[in-house]
Amino acid sequence: MTQAQLAQTDAPLLAVRDVSVVFGGIVALNGVSFDMQKGQILGLIGPNGAGKTTLFNCLSRLYQPSSGDILMEGHSILKRPPHRIAEIGIGRTFQNVALFPNLSVLDNVRVGTHARTSSDIISDSLRLAWIRRSETSVNTKVHEILAYLNLEEVAHKTVSGLPFGTQKRVELARALAADPKILLLDEPAGGLNHEEVHVLGDLIRRIRDDRHVTVLLVEHHMGLVMSIADHVVALNFGRKLAEGTPAQVQADPDVIKAYLGSKDQ
Amino acid sequence: MSAVEEIASQTPAVQAVPKRAMTLSAGTAFVIVLLLLVVPLFVKNFIIFQMTMLLIYGLAVLALNILTGGSGQFSLGNSAFYAIGAYTSAILMEQYNVNYALTLPVAGVICFGAGFLFGQPALRLSGVYLALATFALATAMPQILKLGFFEHWTGGVQGLVVTKPDAPFGLPMSQDMWLYYFTLAITIAIYVFSVNLLRSRSGRAFMAIRDNEIAASAMGIDVATYKTLAFGVSAGITGVAGGLGAIAVQFVAPDSYTITLAISLFLGMVVGGVGWLPGSFVGSAFIIFVPNIAEGISKGLSGAVFGVLLFLVIFLVPHGSRQVAMVAQQLLGKLRKN
Repeated sequence: MTQAQLAQTDAPLLAVRDVSVVFGGIVALNGVSFDMQKGQILGLIGPNGAGKTTLFNCLSRLYQPSSGDILMEGHSILKRPPHRIAEIGIGRTFQNVALFPNLSVLDNVRVGTHARTSSDIISDSLRLAWIRRSETSVNTKVHEILAYLNLEEVAHKTVSGLPFGTQKRVELARALAADPKILLLDEPAGGLNHEEVHVLGDLIRRIRDDRHVTVLLVEHHMGLVMSIADHVVALNFGRKLAEGTPAQVQADPDVIKAYLGSKDQ
Repeated sequence: MSAVEEIASQTPAVQAVPKRAMTLSAGTAFVIVLLLLVVPLFVKNFIIFQMTMLLIYGLAVLALNILTGGSGQFSLGNSAFYAIGAYTSAILMEQYNVNYALTLPVAGVICFGAGFLFGQPALRLSGVYLALATFALATAMPQILKLGFFEHWTGGVQGLVVTKPDAPFGLPMSQDMWLYYFTLAITIAIYVFSVNLLRSRSGRAFMAIRDNEIAASAMGIDVATYKTLAFGVSAGITGVAGGLGAIAVQFVAPDSYTITLAISLFLGMVVGGVGWLPGSFVGSAFIIFVPNIAEGISKGLSGAVFGVLLFLVIFLVPHGSRQVAMVAQQLLGKLRKN
């Protein structure tokens, strides 16, 4: 890529290029491509088995695509092991919440800063001056995020005892603690009631605006996607079915067919 | 093996302790340290020796606690690291005339290396399977120590006799008392370092891995490195305890470090409360004194009596001394309110 291209403001933050995933003969993803622009909320939709989660797992480096490439700011992420994508600014939440259940809210969010800090076991054991300074700045940052997400009251509580909705916010806080450029949200509305979904939508938009985070939303809940996404990509049977604004995708005959079934079936 | 299986499959055994509760309050710690400092002045040499052993096994249990309570990995092989530490100290002191105090860091470093290396293949195993792999290490160690090839250094089946050091600077105290205070100083230092470690970024990484490896990895934690580091740290501390043990007992022999020792350490950890560092010393007291109590109750059936006592403890307080401490704290709180 030339420098002129890089300098362009509309160079995508994340580019998915012709990604295919094959599991022992079953094609889970078939040549999917799309771009994510900085500051966008991109909704990834599709019926069950469409390949949403497979694509998500490629982005978070749990799966290795059989072909194609994923570029973050022009650089391939496919050579990075899963623990080295947080440092380039890709953060994520999990479908059914994957927190550290025995740790406090505070510690869960502190773990989120791992990729942005450094230490070694000897300095940590001796609690050297630079470790103490680093811990102080971690604490300042963590408390700021907890305040931002209204979690200060439960800061010292163990997460396993918290209500599901609160746990989801803790997971968001943990992801934000790593200063992500892109936040991958895996079905954030799952398990939430109507009111909570509405609040979540506002929250995602607020995070995007306040913290300049680009959001990839993998979601079943059409209402949520259509109300907050700037751009929607629809998948079905591992292929990209349609792409565009929420209104365009909603009106797309292929998408309607995939969700509702065609007349002649 | 069923006990291990139970513990391996139940999360509560590895349940973490909120960090504030992981240590003692400043007041309690002060009282305990004061007692540990003063009591030896008023008791017989044999009791002082037993208190030294309590600290030494306490360190070994603490090391296991960092591994299991901290990073969620099981080990029935820590007796092997204890043996390596003990032999390192003994060989350096007796064959190369190295000062006893200097042999301990060497034992620690060698065992850290051994633990780190053992941690590599162990990465592929977890839970009961890891416990079994480490079990193999524990069974192999006494035989390795007996090998003719090493006999020149290890003394083979005979083992080595270690000279007990005198108190330095002409201090007017017995060898036992000096060794006790020496051990106490090292124990306090290692305890403080361990608490610091578990409270730090590295400690959080250990606990994150214990709770959810995939999420830990998504947060940028290199799971493999931290798991092997936990093995290294645990083995290193066990090695220092082994070295101290060799000096205190004045003797090392292959059959002192069998699987029985590893199981004792494991027992000590469970009785003390998995993940609760101060409990390590309660667990250590249990594995040192309860067999004696059992023998006092019935000479012929001491093993059975010990078994019954152990069963009672596990049945009544499954979370070990941590549970007792928490109940006591709540009771105190209520008393204060009234």
